[in-house]
Amino acid sequence: MSILVDRNTKVIFQGITGKTATRMAERAIAGNTNVVGGVRPGRGGTHHLNVPVYDTVAEAVESTAPDASAIFVPPQFAADAMIEAIEAQIPLIVCVTERIPVLDMVRVKAALKESKSRLIGPNSYGIITPGECRIGVMPDRPHSPGKIGIASRSATLAYAAVEQTTRLELGQSTSIGIGGDSVHGIGFAECVELFLADNKTAGIVLIGELGGNDEEEAAALLKAEKPKKPVVAYIAGVHAPAGRRMGHAGTIDFFGDRSSAGKIEALKDAGAIVVNSPTLIGHAMRQALWRL
Amino acid sequence: MNLHEYQAKALLRKFGAAIPDGENATSPDGAADAARRLGGDVWVVKAQIHAGARAQAGGVRMVSSPEKAAAAARDLLGKHIVTAQTGPEGIAVKSVYVEKACDVEREIYAAIIVHRAKASVVVLVGRESGTGVERTLARRETLFELPFGPDGADQAGIEAMAAFLSIDQDQARKVADMLTQARRAFIELDARLIELNPLALTKTGDVMALDAKMIIDDNAMWRHPELEELRDKDETHPLERAADQFEINYARMDGNIGILTMGAGLGLATMDMIIDEGGHPANFMDVRPMATRDQVAEGIKLLINDNRVKVILVMAVGGGLLHCDTIAEGLGHVFGKTGAAKPVVYYAVGTGKEISELTLKNQGIPVAITDSMEEAVEEAVRIAGSGSA
Repeated sequence: MSILVDRNTKVIFQGITGKTATRMAERAIAGNTNVVGGVRPGRGGTHHLNVPVYDTVAEAVESTAPDASAIFVPPQFAADAMIEAIEAQIPLIVCVTERIPVLDMVRVKAALKESKSRLIGPNSYGIITPGECRIGVMPDRPHSPGKIGIASRSATLAYAAVEQTTRLELGQSTSIGIGGDSVHGIGFAECVELFLADNKTAGIVLIGELGGNDEEEAAALLKAEKPKKPVVAYIAGVHAPAGRRMGHAGTIDFFGDRSSAGKIEALKDAGAIVVNSPTLIGHAMRQALWRL
Repeated sequence: MNLHEYQAKALLRKFGAAIPDGENATSPDGAADAARRLGGDVWVVKAQIHAGARAQAGGVRMVSSPEKAAAAARDLLGKHIVTAQTGPEGIAVKSVYVEKACDVEREIYAAIIVHRAKASVVVLVGRESGTGVERTLARRETLFELPFGPDGADQAGIEAMAAFLSIDQDQARKVADMLTQARRAFIELDARLIELNPLALTKTGDVMALDAKMIIDDNAMWRHPELEELRDKDETHPLERAADQFEINYARMDGNIGILTMGAGLGLATMDMIIDEGGHPANFMDVRPMATRDQVAEGIKLLINDNRVKVILVMAVGGGLLHCDTIAEGLGHVFGKTGAAKPVVYYAVGTGKEISELTLKNQGIPVAITDSMEEAVEEAVRIAGSGSA
């Protein structure tokens, strides 16, 4: 088991002929991901990486019935691409695109409501169930099939946690990038809910940062559920100056929003183990699992 | 992108929002002429800088003749205004906005933002205006949200707002009209923030935005090329401007440890670790996943040329797109070319770690290769702290 994606997940790539999409789709295919097609307006009827290319998502859905779509299109077209996937009722949509206007995401979220789709991202490294399915821009090597569920805003900090859990022979059930933007799809609370329901996931890692409300929502859920599975969290940006954008668009917010310190408090109060350095995540998880 | 008050007001006026008549001026004579053209007998002369709390810093003057408007402009132009939001060196005033004063009965507050959790544009009003109004979450909870449907603000919402502000229906309708126009501007111009602080209820029963702050979404500038000319390049630090050219995220801090990291989260974490260790970051710098060797090199150059930086700390976590060796090549490129001698502390993990370390060793760069993030941070803090601080 794992969450959201596994060996049976059929994946299409929107924007499959692009340079990054091609590299990452190749990587996915090499890593056993079941890539069944791609979309690129004007290239319908051709093949790319030995999979059929369609002009529209609707055509790709009709022919290949995918479970997930990976969106690798430039920011100018990303919102329309997501909405096209939502309208085609693809269950899981993963968008890695960076720098999408926030009002475009408002439009996407309105389309998501009442839809049958779930969105990961944007500005996300994607989702991977090691050895079974990878949709995104993450590296393959540090990943190993295992029992830790990881959800992170930051890609590189997630890779660090992956490397540690692999080195400590815990491995990962699934790793999900919720993305660094202020308005985005799946949040930490939903990830926690899914990981708690997954038999293979023995422990959960959350990697957050200042801004937004995702960590607080996860903390509220943990407080209500009181799960036996250990949750290890790391929150970056404790010393970040307020009111300035630090790389991720989601780090700046108007009306102050939530500080890292407040998030740490909320998570601790909910019973999570909060480490103060990203290098301690794997170790803290191993200790917590020993104590069970 | 931050807009000046005069720019925000000109844009809002185009959307039909009620804004007092005003003109921007860059000379004392220009200010006097503006006052004459505007007519009336009282004007406000306001320094145009990107910082709040201008009034307490002496950046806003009430004048009663065109000559006095000229005198106020003479005093303000070129002056460095220091407010809580500018940093100690302040910001030089390049223009003043001359505006017809109006008879204010009461001042309220209004703001339009994107609410993250609701993923929607929300319009907020407050009972009181004022400088020193911090946009904190605690403050947000004291504000009234005017509900908008597809056809604008509805009657029930306007009535509730009237009760919240203790004003009559007529005035509430005018406030709602004003905010409807401002909301349309927000959506059509891809704003991240519009703040009308204060929004005045005048003695003649009108509603006027006395001040306007507006921030445009940098990610949406491709949709508004015409707004690009409104950018005030002097108000971004030259280093931040240079970094932006190379698609590097850079934020200037006031310490002496130059940081370059792969990824924003790692950058935040590195800053935290440095400060916890007693050190002081000179900057936040994050190279994006699509970065090239040359972009990394430009980032390193910025750190080398920054005289405050005593040591450069590089944290590389190789991913699927950007590998550690690209970082090492960028470092090698700069050091090989310039013969720079600043010490570098390097930590790498993930894709390309080994080859990146080999590259650095082979090129004779003054680099300390470390085995953990902690060790890297400790080493950088030690080097930065030794010698003159």
